[in-house]
Amino acid sequence: MSAAHTETSARPGAPTPSSPKLDSKCPSGPMAERWTRHKFDLKLINPANRRKFHVLVVGTGLAGASASATLAEMGYRVTTMCIHDSPRRAHSIAAQGGINAAKNYPNDGDSVHRLFYDTVKGGDFRARESNVHRLAEVSVRIIDQCVAQGVPFAREYGGLLANRSFGGAQVSRTFYARGQTGQQLLLGAYSALMRQVGAGRVKLLPRREMLELVVVDGVARGVVARHLVTGELERHAADAVLLCTGGYGNVFFLSTNAKNSNVTATWRAHKRGAFFANPCFTQIHPTCIPVSGNYQAKLTLMSESLRNDGRVWVPVKAGETRSPEQIPENERDYFLERKYPSFGNLVPRDVASRNAKQVCDEGRGVGETRMSVYLDFRDAIQRDGAPVIRAKYGNLFQMYERITGEDPYRVPMRIYPAVHYTMGGLWVDYNLESTVPGLFVLGEANFSDHGANRLGASALMQGLADGYFVIPSTIAAHLAGRKLGPVSPDQAEFRAAEQEVRERTQKLLSIRGKRSVDSIHRELGLTMWNHVGMARTAAGLRTAIDQVRSLRAEFWENVSVPGSGADLNQSLERAGRVADLLEFGELMARDALEREESCGGHFREEHQTPDNEAKRDDERFAHAAAWEYRGPSEPEVRQTEPLVFDVVHPSTRSYK
Amino acid sequence: MSHGSSSHDERMKITLHVWRQKDAASAGGLETHVMDDVSPHMSLLEMIDVLNDRLSTQGKEPVAFESDCREGICGQCSLVINGQAHGPDHETTTCQLHMRRFASGSSLTLEPFRANAFPVIKDLVVDRSAFDRIIAAGGYVSVNTGSAPEANATLVPRDAAELAMDAAACIGCGACVAACPNASAMLFVSAKVSHLALLPQGAPERERRVVAMVEAMDREGFGNCTNHFECGAACPKGISVANIARLNREYLRAIAKGQPGEVSDEA
Repeated sequence: MSAAHTETSARPGAPTPSSPKLDSKCPSGPMAERWTRHKFDLKLINPANRRKFHVLVVGTGLAGASASATLAEMGYRVTTMCIHDSPRRAHSIAAQGGINAAKNYPNDGDSVHRLFYDTVKGGDFRARESNVHRLAEVSVRIIDQCVAQGVPFAREYGGLLANRSFGGAQVSRTFYARGQTGQQLLLGAYSALMRQVGAGRVKLLPRREMLELVVVDGVARGVVARHLVTGELERHAADAVLLCTGGYGNVFFLSTNAKNSNVTATWRAHKRGAFFANPCFTQIHPTCIPVSGNYQAKLTLMSESLRNDGRVWVPVKAGETRSPEQIPENERDYFLERKYPSFGNLVPRDVASRNAKQVCDEGRGVGETRMSVYLDFRDAIQRDGAPVIRAKYGNLFQMYERITGEDPYRVPMRIYPAVHYTMGGLWVDYNLESTVPGLFVLGEANFSDHGANRLGASALMQGLADGYFVIPSTIAAHLAGRKLGPVSPDQAEFRAAEQEVRERTQKLLSIRGKRSVDSIHRELGLTMWNHVGMARTAAGLRTAIDQVRSLRAEFWENVSVPGSGADLNQSLERAGRVADLLEFGELMARDALEREESCGGHFREEHQTPDNEAKRDDERFAHAAAWEYRGPSEPEVRQTEPLVFDVVHPSTRSYK
Repeated sequence: MSHGSSSHDERMKITLHVWRQKDAASAGGLETHVMDDVSPHMSLLEMIDVLNDRLSTQGKEPVAFESDCREGICGQCSLVINGQAHGPDHETTTCQLHMRRFASGSSLTLEPFRANAFPVIKDLVVDRSAFDRIIAAGGYVSVNTGSAPEANATLVPRDAAELAMDAAACIGCGACVAACPNASAMLFVSAKVSHLALLPQGAPERERRVVAMVEAMDREGFGNCTNHFECGAACPKGISVANIARLNREYLRAIAKGQPGEVSDEA
């Protein structure tokens, strides 16, 4: 792997976005100086004036909790809401493997530039270079911050921090806390948030669901939220709104997302003017526990760190019936090691997933459904001994055994890809501001840093970068840069938004049809998985659009939402979320249809190389596609932000 | 991944006695449902999903219960199953409990976590916000973003880091409270106090933290520890009751050093 180091300033005559709203506001000049220069150019708000500004944060995962805590520490007045009973439950908690940072502690040649390079390349040249460089730059400070909070990262005997390797990188730059890194980082951010709650500087509103964004004079000034216990609709006014509400993986019904993860906050904001970028960029994670039955509620991920020591294989012969230990070495196909000798089992997620699908499609899959491949620790256990393997992966092995009833110390794990993360999200500029002024989007909810594929251990890095280090600087561009008049939740715009929510809620409750919300959600998921999943075709995507439309029509005629809107009603909560997913799913399929190339997690069967690798089309598609909502009777318009690569020149991604 | 059929043809019959309660003010009671098509590979919560789907289709209100990650880490699921918080399996949350654990023909009684400090909201859903208030009282290191020193500047012995991680693994589910005859939150509080007391980063606020958290715990109406250790047995993350001993030591140490109790955060 050789990095291209030619540094040029933004090209004169560089292509312009199709809509003036898509001005990325990226600084120019040498890449390594852009963030520093941008911070210097940004307006400042003096500490005494910060308390005059009220910031509303929706979501308390890594991005929302870190942003809330940091903004409150700086002196802003902050109100933070989450759908859970406690901010500590947000789905960041479930991230297992680790967090990347360019510390270069192992002295193996890592640097900010290399992390930047790996991330741009890993994203298949569909991310904005300036953003990615900033991410790599602040990564080192995230680790400092988390350690100071008491995050118990793994350590060497000398007391220094330990690192491990992850997919898509040839250096060890991943920090981890056993297999519970997301939990520990989130609890760190949560503790920082609760410190501010205790000090009265953050007003915490748990069990609230944002159901509408309120825009006043073209600027985001608040939300309408439902109190999930009392059913009451609340209007919250602010000077800036931050959406930190995660991704949309649950459009597939079965995914590794938590049951409550949903698209509602971002989708409602989209319908109020925030462009939705690259919805077709979804990540299918290669190491998940396979589906076992049609009652299945969700899928469970096994950290990709397992690929450090586990070897992925299937039998050479299709239709093999012998159990794995009976299959001799020469009848096993370690297909990742065979096809990608330099990265082996540590190829990026999209490559690993697609290859697993391919061998299963060839009839070489294993397990009862033949829709899984082996992840085998036999050699690692022989080499290092079971105690070493247990120390590294004990909790993951235990989790696997609990779900499947099989002991991975004795029989190989069976894994299959599952939807895990969504790179697409609301379009944001370099300041993390959406196309609605005053509406900022952080973490997985935005589209900004991972392009068409995210590298392992980079989601935690991005969520915390956005919350701890980016938004605290960039929010001033809005708060100090625009003249913000006074705002009150009694204004007409708030009352109108609340009325819309009330009517939608009543509509859902009055249908009284025959199908449960979950059964419709499950059917939506099946359509999305079959046609908008790991491999996509134009015909399949058109089928998906038709099916989603007719399912949406059925939903509004035949869904059953028992109970009332005046108390805790989980069916009603889910119905609102599924209604939005039924709209979003169509846009996702349209985005996949229009992007006539393969890149990262988006694989169009029509666009592949003779050896089945993704074939990008930089001539036509070196851009972010950002969809503009124009009202219920008009189709969404596909706008584009061209991507300019000043430093890392697009090349064919190769992990051979 | 086909969402399609499984070839497991064994099916189990399970009789459920589920706690139904309209809201905090209403009286509750058990409602019986017979599930005669249960796959042993289902999780217990997937079985309730199936029940709720059936109830929804009939226009009846589904059983309210909480879960989110369904992989044992978010701490949202609860349930007392046949009298045991998170059910019969060792170090297993309710969401990870699979029906293969039970024999066909079994009866299961499903109730909410019960404690004065965890009022019932509806059916199996309880309010555990008392835990958040305890953390807000002192379960943190006071370090503003940006002011942290270089991560490797402070060495942490590996054993200390591992012991801290053992305690930090707490998921805040509240099973310890539900299992304790006194509804004590000592295991929860001791896990956070231990996690931070074992690390050099937690040292400057060591005394202040433990006193503030213990006082917050008392304010919330949790009971005291009388060494039943039901908490440790019920804990899905294997948090050791040795942490409670450490909490007591930390508290005594703080009092002995003259820590006056709550100090307002002037940071």
